[in-house]
Amino acid sequence: MNFQIALILGQDGITNGAIYALLALSILLVFTVTRILLIPLGEFVTFGALTMAAIQMGKAPALEWLLLALTLIDCGMDLYQYRHKLDGRKFQTIGLKLGYVIAMIALIQTLPLAELPMVFQALLTLALMVPLGPLMYRLFFQPLADAPALVLLIVSIAVHVAMVGVGLLLFGPEGARTEPFTDTVFRVGPMMLKSQTLWVIMVSVILIVTLFLLFERTLYGKALRATAVNRTGARLLGISPVFAGKATFALAAFIGTLSGILIAPITTLYFDSGFIISLKGFVGAIIGGLISYPLAAVGAVAVGLIEAFSMFWASTYKEIIVFTLIIPFLIWRSMTSHHVEDDE
Amino acid sequence: MNTATLKSSATKSNNLLKPTNLMLAGLVVVLIAPMVAPTYTVTLLNYIGLYALVVLGLVLLTGVGGMTSFGQAAFVGLGAYSTAYLTTTQQLPEWLAFTAGSPWAGLAMGLLLTAAVALFLGAVTLKLSGHYLPLGTIAWGISLYYLFGTMSSMGGHTGVSGLPSLSIFGIELDKGEKIYYLIWAVLAVAILITRNLLNSREGRAIRALKGGQLMAESMGVNTFRSKMVIFLISAIFAAISGWLYAHTQRFVNPTPFGLHMGIDYLFMALIGGVGSVWGALLGAGVLTMLKQWLQDLLPMILGSDGQYETIVFGLLIVVMMQRWPGGLMGLLAKLVPAKYRDHSDLTLNDDAAELPRRELPKAGDLVLEACDVTRKFGGLVANNQMNLQLHAGEILALIGPNGAGKSTMFNQLSSVDTPTEGEVKFMGQSLKGKSSREVAQMGMSRTFQHVKLLPTMTVLENVALGAHMRGSKGVVPAALHLEREEEQRLLKEAKHQLERVGLGDFLYEEAGSLALGQQRILEIARALCADPCVLLLDEPAAGLRFKEKKALADLLTKLRGEGMAILLVEHDMDFVMGLVDRIVVMEFGTKIAEGLPEEIQTNPAVLEAYLGGAE
Repeated sequence: MNFQIALILGQDGITNGAIYALLALSILLVFTVTRILLIPLGEFVTFGALTMAAIQMGKAPALEWLLLALTLIDCGMDLYQYRHKLDGRKFQTIGLKLGYVIAMIALIQTLPLAELPMVFQALLTLALMVPLGPLMYRLFFQPLADAPALVLLIVSIAVHVAMVGVGLLLFGPEGARTEPFTDTVFRVGPMMLKSQTLWVIMVSVILIVTLFLLFERTLYGKALRATAVNRTGARLLGISPVFAGKATFALAAFIGTLSGILIAPITTLYFDSGFIISLKGFVGAIIGGLISYPLAAVGAVAVGLIEAFSMFWASTYKEIIVFTLIIPFLIWRSMTSHHVEDDE
Repeated sequence: MNTATLKSSATKSNNLLKPTNLMLAGLVVVLIAPMVAPTYTVTLLNYIGLYALVVLGLVLLTGVGGMTSFGQAAFVGLGAYSTAYLTTTQQLPEWLAFTAGSPWAGLAMGLLLTAAVALFLGAVTLKLSGHYLPLGTIAWGISLYYLFGTMSSMGGHTGVSGLPSLSIFGIELDKGEKIYYLIWAVLAVAILITRNLLNSREGRAIRALKGGQLMAESMGVNTFRSKMVIFLISAIFAAISGWLYAHTQRFVNPTPFGLHMGIDYLFMALIGGVGSVWGALLGAGVLTMLKQWLQDLLPMILGSDGQYETIVFGLLIVVMMQRWPGGLMGLLAKLVPAKYRDHSDLTLNDDAAELPRRELPKAGDLVLEACDVTRKFGGLVANNQMNLQLHAGEILALIGPNGAGKSTMFNQLSSVDTPTEGEVKFMGQSLKGKSSREVAQMGMSRTFQHVKLLPTMTVLENVALGAHMRGSKGVVPAALHLEREEEQRLLKEAKHQLERVGLGDFLYEEAGSLALGQQRILEIARALCADPCVLLLDEPAAGLRFKEKKALADLLTKLRGEGMAILLVEHDMDFVMGLVDRIVVMEFGTKIAEGLPEEIQTNPAVLEAYLGGAE
């Protein structure tokens, strides 16, 4: 390997690593607030990328029908749950939800999708995808908010499995790749920098900083952190666990979709590519001990780099190398952990 | 229908639906099936049997142990590929030459590899909180799948073909109808030994893993070992299934051992119901049939080919978890009224020999001592320079207003927590660095302020858990039920202690159905089962009625007479004053008084702590 190749691999590694870091952070966020290991995060990535691809091809993304179906079920459940105490506000909320979905469908059916500037295409994708997060929490996890962690994990896997099937149904078996945001290539000394790489890194850094500010500086961010520290305590202080769950899922959907939009110009994604991508985020999260955000981010970038370099040296063993990365961390953690605890 | 007819019909159906009758009927069906059913059905039944064997391991792991694994398919693969390699390779390495490519050597190698991997995975994940095992097994499942695909000596993604068929006693099992009997016989044996194991001393320790680990450790159970045991068993079942699969198909490739299959196995377990060994069979059957049916049906409805059954399975699991977490077996079990449920495995033999007793220290000997114990939580000093002594044949009460630090002190004494400064000595030995399990083995037994028992297990078994340390027979004798004599002795001891505390009428009730006061008494019986020399009781009288309190006081007096040292943390002053020998009073983490009950009642510092000063 010469320096040139190392630079290219390093660039690839950091690009993927930045994405894994974003995913690792949302995994940690969802886990600490809701105790759910969000396996279906990868499906937000692929659904986002494939929706963006459909929009760029001028096709109305079939995702709109999934959004409509889930929203209808959600509204139905709301009506049933509050059937004895329906008031104007409840109807207003339901009306708003339905209105939003109908507006989205109308936009998609009428706008000249392929001709839109890329920013609007991305915004449209996000507008379609992000509501799926809270909907997913409402339909699948909210009824189980107090269930043992094991049950939440199982439901998480089940939702992932179902979503992969839905992905095949909505997007078909073909892979898709989108246009890069910009085509420019920069030369820095001996290095060729693709502008999409810069985009990925820039957006990831901005997002991580924004998340940090959100959690350190805003009331809602603090409320979510409080829920992460102590659910019962937060509830007693008037922070609704339902709100916390929906908010974190919305955030996870946002980050997942954005990651999908960011990498779609670099890698071809298929309906079932999401799992492996999110698992690499999990490897990062495990390195962070499922607690530490900075460690998880660093771990995730390391995963990206190791993946890129093992592609060069032992491409067939790439996945094996990446997933056995967690072993030293597991060993280290088991050696330092002593206490016996009852799972809730 | 009125109640009378309801009852009589239930009795009638019970006679018919007796578990033994059902099992006999099932056995007959299984024996006849391949003679009458078409080949296609037999093949399907073979698969169901193979899957059920894997799922059985998951029932043990998930339903009983409260852990889960997505890597079972990889263990199946390990079993299958081991034998595929040994039986088809042209050139065996020299050190394997003696095996002569025998499938039995393949089985042995598969089991060895599986055990090694499971021990390693278990060692690095089972001490950590519950999420690391599933995540670790996902990583393991994916890695092995890719490994199979890349190994050219194993045919890569194309796989290995031309495996020999098995032969037993000279009978060549070369057809589906023949190997069918082997598969189902293995499954039957696996179900039998799993049931045996669960109905044993080791089994009780395993059943305590779900929600009772802290308690089990205090009863001397090594919970890490118990977790390892069931993880190992589940991996071994999977590997055997893989070996059978390889010689049924006589061809292996990586596809059936991928992570998606690992998830399918878990789904089978959940749909069948992880609470019962029969759930494994039911789940494997239902999911396999459903998959066949959906794979024909869904592409017709949706108009394109693809694995759309995953949508149905995923949603089915979500609904199951939300509505019927017990699975299909859980739903079926509800049809059988509680009083008809079978306790045949818990028969008691009153002729069983008594368990050997520990030699108690002489009355008056110092057994437990706290020396300048200080425990700080950050800036909060929960215990400050606490000293107390407990002697054999004495009842000592630790009292104090709420928040005085009694529970913290209790945790220091029972080695659940470690003092920041100072030390606790038990029988002359420092407890520094000792786990609650080691302390239990040294002869200290305890109850919990918030009752910790296993609500769905019988009262008798809950109490027998206390005698865990007094038995020694391990997993293998338990699985083969070669430890029945020791088991009888343990159960007899549990029954004896239950009768002693006045719960003799409730032996076969579910522990969760007792009143709270009775549950506290049950904890005392469980603690006594450990044959301790020191008994630590955390608020034993809370929730008891007057007569029950009196009976408890009589019992404690009797134990004191036998030379037991008893420490109780208690709020009920009437109960304490009439019973105990000495009292230690705490406030704000410090000892403010110590003495005889009469002295304490008139001690001004105590009066001020409880009633407030004259300001």
